[in-house]
Amino acid sequence: MKVAVVVFPGTNCEMDTKYAFEKLGSSVELVFHKDETLPCNTDLVVLPGGFSYGDYLRSAAIAKFSPIMKDVTRFAAQGGYVLGICNGFQMLLEMGLLPGAMKRNSNVHFISKFHHLRVVHNDNKFLQKLSVDDVINVPIAHGEGSYFIDANGLHELYKNNQVLLKYSDKSGIDKNPNGSIDSIACICNKNKNVFGLMPHPERAMELLLGSDDGVKILEGLIA
Amino acid sequence: MKVIVNIQLKEGVLDPQGKAVHHALKALSFAEVGDVRIGKQIILHVNETDEAKAKEKVAQMCEELLANTVIENYTIEIA
Repeated sequence: MKVAVVVFPGTNCEMDTKYAFEKLGSSVELVFHKDETLPCNTDLVVLPGGFSYGDYLRSAAIAKFSPIMKDVTRFAAQGGYVLGICNGFQMLLEMGLLPGAMKRNSNVHFISKFHHLRVVHNDNKFLQKLSVDDVINVPIAHGEGSYFIDANGLHELYKNNQVLLKYSDKSGIDKNPNGSIDSIACICNKNKNVFGLMPHPERAMELLLGSDDGVKILEGLIA
Repeated sequence: MKVIVNIQLKEGVLDPQGKAVHHALKALSFAEVGDVRIGKQIILHVNETDEAKAKEKVAQMCEELLANTVIENYTIEIA
């Protein structure tokens, strides 16, 4: 399994992401945003967290114009697996690879803490190792994580099983930290090859550091 | 030519910043404020003499980069 992790100016989660996928047995290559093509035989592209281009204008608004993104778009269109974490999720929304948009958290604060998530659908590669209604505990760390989509778009997401994770308490009941519509934390595209989530599974890879629930999420992608 | 773009969250999209400022104004006893919405203003200096052409170009910029039309509206005026 070959994983390409794209690094933008302002990205800060690339080493955690590399560590996480290497721990799961993948070979990981960091790809610079100015590169024009992904490494050959890439199986999975990860857009990691951080503050690309200082989050100027809007979070992730400028990253979509980086040279590498043309190839990421081509890769996704051909059915390649793409995962966006946090700022990476915001990029996928800005690029139109996932529907909706991200807004400032409803309490206007940057939220950084562990949060429980409930699995809504697992009929996709990403969450295949988890069961519906499983509850996992991973960190969230964002200021603009309030997911928004209009009523029609939301209906479409539910109809196609594209809502994958919701923020919850430890018993799995919806608990909304940031004002996301319907407490949504993770979605995928219609073809189920592009995934975006605000929480950071790559920061939950070691029990010693609080949780290794991230393993259960990320291992689905490399299975 | 100076072109001013105003970007605002769409009606119905909750504006948490506006809400926070509204609370603060109320705390300062400005009871007459009913609602606050916060947007942003972008001032562009465009090398173009034809106003219609400039507006058309800036609209294109808004669609492609300056605004996220999923949640934001924009207005363009020539200064």
